[in-house]
Amino acid sequence: MGVFGRPEKQLVALTVNGERHDVALEPRATLLEAVRYTLGLTGSKQGCDKGDCGACTVLIDGKPMLACLSLAIEAQGRAVTTIEGLAKDGKVSPVQDAFDVCGALQCGFCQSGMMLSATALLAKCEKPNREQIKDALAGNLCRCTGYTQILNAVEVASGQRSVAERDERPTTQAQAAAK
Amino acid sequence: MLTLPPFEYHAPMELADALALLQKHAGKVKLIAGGTDLVPNMKHRLFMPEHVVGLKQISELNGVRGEGGFLVIGAMTSIADLARNPRVALLFPSLARAATAIAGPQLREMGTLGGNLCLDTRCVYYNQTHFWRKALGYCLKKDGTVCHVVKGGQKCVAAASNDTAPVLLTLGASVELASPNGRRAIPLEEFYVADGVANTVIEPNEILTKVRVPIPRAGLVTGYQKLRIRAAIDYPSLCVAVAAQQQADGKLEWVRMVISALGSKPHTVKRLEGFQGRALDAATIAELGQAAHRQCHPLTNINVETGWRREMIPVFVRRAFAEAMK
Repeated sequence: MGVFGRPEKQLVALTVNGERHDVALEPRATLLEAVRYTLGLTGSKQGCDKGDCGACTVLIDGKPMLACLSLAIEAQGRAVTTIEGLAKDGKVSPVQDAFDVCGALQCGFCQSGMMLSATALLAKCEKPNREQIKDALAGNLCRCTGYTQILNAVEVASGQRSVAERDERPTTQAQAAAK
Repeated sequence: MLTLPPFEYHAPMELADALALLQKHAGKVKLIAGGTDLVPNMKHRLFMPEHVVGLKQISELNGVRGEGGFLVIGAMTSIADLARNPRVALLFPSLARAATAIAGPQLREMGTLGGNLCLDTRCVYYNQTHFWRKALGYCLKKDGTVCHVVKGGQKCVAAASNDTAPVLLTLGASVELASPNGRRAIPLEEFYVADGVANTVIEPNEILTKVRVPIPRAGLVTGYQKLRIRAAIDYPSLCVAVAAQQQADGKLEWVRMVISALGSKPHTVKRLEGFQGRALDAATIAELGQAAHRQCHPLTNINVETGWRREMIPVFVRRAFAEAMK
């Protein structure tokens, strides 16, 4: 036990986005607290902090997991990918690009988690259908309810939809023009 | 923002070391498998262990393999691995379905079968922050003496909410529990007890190591249906697992139904012997649905209307058998 009866901090070796960080953490530190407050990678969001919302989704050894429920100390020896690790050599990933061009965000709070879940999906399934996309993103909640654009973005990222392709529902302008 | 209470962390490599840690820190220690149940509960100050023992490093707790006439599933097998295991899908479609129906994708990657079987019971008055529970004067399950679900109730009625338990009960599975004194195997039927505070017979010095499921004979059909508010992520408001062994002529040799998420223990529907020798047709299935309906009386332990949960029982029995016969 350390001062104030608290367990002492321990040296924890985290591999985040391919880079090794040796950080001193209390055993109770979650992976989310470690990446946000110790490493300063604030792209992973702290939403509900109890496993409901998916805003803190990171990839651990390529699998989508919730950083808010993972102990940082248990992530040692595993490859952690946060949203900051998706872009390579200053170029955004196809998923990030698709979310951008599709306007698949409103407030943006759920977006990191959404994009990491989508990245994990596309890594194991190149051309997922709409149902598979919905299943893969089921653990990520969007308070703005902008789901349609998000699902479209995953289709764009997987080359199954062009950006110009609109929803089945005609726009207000198109409806006015048709009258 | 919910912080965890402080604790010391241990990550033993061997089961014996984990058992020794449980013994050494008896009364102040918790095991962590996937953490998807324990971590939020600790954040809510439902548990404040001084020591937490991680099970991730213990290799003997992993993996799915055949052993004689059984499929043996290690307790640390993730729910996602269980859901996508081809042998599980082939032999026990209802188990694969139940695993797929647990929570969302991230939680399935993290959560484990052993963790799901040992899932703490859930209640609207229990799974809340310390602040919330304190404001209400706590409850029977934790820190208090009053049950807010059953007025004057002396027995906790928090709901068993594990999806794999009812299915494994219909499949006649057993679990192996290891302790410093050795290992014991008990039928899953004897693992759960009707007590919402601690609804399993696992002792504080024991670790659930594996699940053994008998490999079925030809003619076994199984189904699983789950009622929940949000069909993609929620805990069950009602689960119905069914299994029926049919003879070559299609007549029933036996039929099992387990209804869960209503009370503190999965309920195995009783007195189904009379269905032996009958065909599994619409009339039989309707009678099975009524039998289950008569024996189940949900309480307001979760925030979903009890009348709806009960009336859905015969509907879900029908759907579970329809899925089983597909």
